[in-house]
Amino acid sequence: MELTVVKERKNKQVEERSEKNVVYRTKNLNLWYGEHHALKNIDLDIYENEVTAIIGPSGCGKSTYIKTLNRMIELVPSVRTSGEITYRGRNIFDKSYRVEELRTQVGMVFQKPNPFPKSIYDNVAYGPRIHGIRDKKILDEIVERSLRGAAIWDEVKDRLHTNAYGLSGGQQQRLCIARCLAIEPDVILMDEPTSALDPISTLKVEELVQELKKNYSIIIVTHNMQQAARISDKTAFFLNGEVIEYSDTDKLFSNPDDKRTEDYITGRFG
Amino acid sequence: MEKLIDKQRVVQHMNGRLLRNNVLKFLFFLATVFGLIVLVILLYRILTQAIGWLNLDFLNNFPSRRPENAGIKAGLVGSLWLMVIVAPVSLILGVGTAIYLEEYAKKNRFTDFIQTNISNLAGVPSIVFGLLGLTLFVRELNLGRSILAAGLTMSLLVLPVIVVAAQEAIRAVPNQLREASYGMGATKWQTIYRIVLPAAIPGILTGSILALSRAIGETAPLVVLGIPTFLAYLPRGILDTFTVMPMQIYNWTSRPQADFQNVAAAGIVVLLVVLIFMNSIAIFIRNKFQKRY
Repeated sequence: MELTVVKERKNKQVEERSEKNVVYRTKNLNLWYGEHHALKNIDLDIYENEVTAIIGPSGCGKSTYIKTLNRMIELVPSVRTSGEITYRGRNIFDKSYRVEELRTQVGMVFQKPNPFPKSIYDNVAYGPRIHGIRDKKILDEIVERSLRGAAIWDEVKDRLHTNAYGLSGGQQQRLCIARCLAIEPDVILMDEPTSALDPISTLKVEELVQELKKNYSIIIVTHNMQQAARISDKTAFFLNGEVIEYSDTDKLFSNPDDKRTEDYITGRFG
Repeated sequence: MEKLIDKQRVVQHMNGRLLRNNVLKFLFFLATVFGLIVLVILLYRILTQAIGWLNLDFLNNFPSRRPENAGIKAGLVGSLWLMVIVAPVSLILGVGTAIYLEEYAKKNRFTDFIQTNISNLAGVPSIVFGLLGLTLFVRELNLGRSILAAGLTMSLLVLPVIVVAAQEAIRAVPNQLREASYGMGATKWQTIYRIVLPAAIPGILTGSILALSRAIGETAPLVVLGIPTFLAYLPRGILDTFTVMPMQIYNWTSRPQADFQNVAAAGIVVLLVVLIFMNSIAIFIRNKFQKRY
């Protein structure tokens, strides 16, 4: 009973959305790796303070898409793009858009936990430091706030100056989330953040995502459809570089429009 | 089901297989011991010859026509002076090249060409570098037979080795660390300075120190440059002429008096001690700063 009320309220919210709540607007995006056409005519709007999940079988372009959103894809040689992605109204492919600036707004959490071989404190302070913050007091506060935000403060507060490699895999991933929060981003991109984690750590990260969406817009790529269903507000289903279906998560999983979406979510392929 | 493997025959074969296994194990052991035995003989001969000649006077004396007065001071100090030039020049140029090739340069035909040539340069005989140094530094740039000219020549000689070692160390830094750094809006230089270099430093230093040890033991290029072997004073600056330990040893071994062979042996011991010292620094750095990913 209560659940339906919540759902109704959620749907109402979606209808009330105006233009300014769009964080990312993708228009007719195409991407090639050399000759391989990896993303085809993508049109996708991503909204503020929501969790947007991107699902699809391996090689469907979902990781490529999320890496395009902060232009990390440009680290791969021989990548070409056409079309546009606007972040808060500005085309990120504009010559005048400095990629370093974009990435201070859009943080990223990677598939495998990748802390630096430094202390826990230095890991979290890395982002603020490269952006020129040297004041010890401010750094201390950012580190504490970020670690609390990533729900790992209590576990590490007594060993902030020990090496981050001493943490477990799940703790390392939450440390990476804290490191990402430390640059005070607007959007957080997560590229299969739980695929290298055990079920309990996965649960912790999922709870964390729920908590974080109050303050951030989150885009999460996942292999795990149950995960997408559990934590996301909207879901996009990618297949062979195309967006097959994009809608509210409840609708996509209960009553998909496209036969291919239905086949995928019911486990007939993928 | 009919068995395709006859267990009886497998057992019959077993003896032969085990025998071959043991024979090969012995052969490989022999190969290892061979090198060790040669080294021990060498050290034994040199040490027995050098004993009695190796004392503080030997370290403190200039070369002399009388073997009992001859010392290695000029060579020892000269070798250290050489390092004063070679270490910074080859490190800065070598690590700079490695950073450019690994982090900045796009992979294309031009960088492939550079890469191939660096590997080729590492195989060029040292005497060729000596000729290059003679033409370029001693004659064209008019540096004379100075520490600077010799140092620059030696830098060129070890440069390819340092570049390759530094490249390998930089390449061994996992890409996911770079991604994490770029992902937070770091520039390329910030990523190199704060993430890549700290992780690569142990490998870079280990390779470089081994390359510098080679420069300390190298003689041929300096012979071509015309570095003197008999010098009774110390250089006062990088534009003075000088001599180095291997040159000094080479000179002593070619003397007719039998006692000079012992003086040469004492010189070799000093040279070996310096080399072992440098190599232990390399090992120390590797063990101390080695990181797991």
